[in-house]
Amino acid sequence: MEVFAVPHELRGKVSIAGIGYAGLGSSPGFSSLELLAQATKVALVDSGLKLTDIDGLCCATFYHFFPTLTVAEYLGIRPTWSNADMVGGSSFQSYVLQAAAAIHAGLCRNVLIAYGSNARSSRDISGLIETPVFEQMYKPPIPLAGYAMAAARHMHVYGTTRRQLAAVAVAARDWARINPDAGIQDALDLDDVATAPMIADPLSKYDCCLVSDGGGALILTSTATARDLRQPPVVVLGGGAAHWHREISQMPDLTVTAATESGRRAYEMAGVGPGDVDVVQLYDAFTINTILFLEDLGFCRKGEGGPFVSDGKIAPGGDLPVNTNGGGLSFVHPGMYGLFCLGEAAIQLRRQAGKRQVAEAEIAVSHGNGGTLSHQCTTVLGSLASL
Amino acid sequence: MSGPQAQFFEFLKQGKFMLQRVKSSNAYVFYPREFAGASDDWEWVEASGLGEVYSRTIIRQKPERGGDYCIAIVELAEGPRLMTRILGVPPADVTIGMQVEAAVETPDWNPQGGPVVAFHPATQHGSFRRAP
Repeated sequence: MEVFAVPHELRGKVSIAGIGYAGLGSSPGFSSLELLAQATKVALVDSGLKLTDIDGLCCATFYHFFPTLTVAEYLGIRPTWSNADMVGGSSFQSYVLQAAAAIHAGLCRNVLIAYGSNARSSRDISGLIETPVFEQMYKPPIPLAGYAMAAARHMHVYGTTRRQLAAVAVAARDWARINPDAGIQDALDLDDVATAPMIADPLSKYDCCLVSDGGGALILTSTATARDLRQPPVVVLGGGAAHWHREISQMPDLTVTAATESGRRAYEMAGVGPGDVDVVQLYDAFTINTILFLEDLGFCRKGEGGPFVSDGKIAPGGDLPVNTNGGGLSFVHPGMYGLFCLGEAAIQLRRQAGKRQVAEAEIAVSHGNGGTLSHQCTTVLGSLASL
Repeated sequence: MSGPQAQFFEFLKQGKFMLQRVKSSNAYVFYPREFAGASDDWEWVEASGLGEVYSRTIIRQKPERGGDYCIAIVELAEGPRLMTRILGVPPADVTIGMQVEAAVETPDWNPQGGPVVAFHPATQHGSFRRAP
């Protein structure tokens, strides 16, 4: 992938200064707003800022038609700028880009990006299954059927195999087993995945993400401010978003996502290319996602994602550490996973990832996916040294 | 008067599977919408009903809940794709690239209860099968 190092005005101006998680896994008895607020509390303490310092807010959940109004009222804040761009699980990557622009433009100073869900305890994912008219009548399980058909098409066109999909699930599990916060710690091998019964061919249950409870929060501020706060700043180097369809039947090519476009723009803003990236966090709602995004973000060529993942390259100890928290497949997936993809990238760049720490991580990619491979948003993050 | 969506379903009730055709380009569009191929100058034409399986999955379901079924995306001979079900053949026998033909059916699984466009493996003469 050719990348032009065009210095962009937004590059490096804003940083992630706080990260918080709460109630990951199973948290019966807590509402989505309570989990969101708990995560916010953790992120504030982490950063050293106070709730009264927050004057910008970005959020969306499965459950709220007016998410920023609901959350601002619940937290008791009066933001001068807010944004509830709802594009699915990649909303949070979108918020980082938009919050960076808002902070840089002087619309606000400190932005809270927050999420909360009790998808596991409540079994309420009704927000997810608002299905377009011309799909509803066939009763496809949403979004499972769409991802299964993308996987089937990739296998048909490029010869990708069940065992290569399985390698993605096994790598994610191997990372989860060195992440004490991960929901599932049981060992998983290629045979377990490859021989598991299908739920929507060619996907088995191991090819599908968890359904979890949990809250997450990030705090963004100017890099100048972040330098004086409690944690090493995680600098927003670049971001880009793209969407080409909503319904899976309208996707131009089931083997090529709009990440080809979002990634290119994010790399251009950051002035880096895939070869400069030390650690990668991809939105792995299903095993095929990891393969598609590795291809579309330029880590390997189109069609070569299967062989690329099959020899341990993305697993602990591999050349390209991918989804080092265990991903949506084995860490946590409370309905919309994008924020956790950003959180892990930031934790790695802060060198706070413990046993799963990637040595000398300076540049990370966090890639979000929303809908049924519909909305793609890529964020390039860096350490202060990468500036 | 009604919009293109309601018009499509009215045609369907008459056993007709209609597509939008953009007059300037002869491009076909599905699903029906106000701007077809970014143009508001379009007309209804009856689909040939012929197509090819672009991708498919088998939704696994216990027999007592209705058993396995095949969800597919079919690429029509006219170009557009649509989500559908492939009927008249065991789900496991549906392959990508399989030639199929449309049928307007009123199945028991449609939550809205009306007719839908489903597909069957193509017959030798490849004729479009209308509802009886």
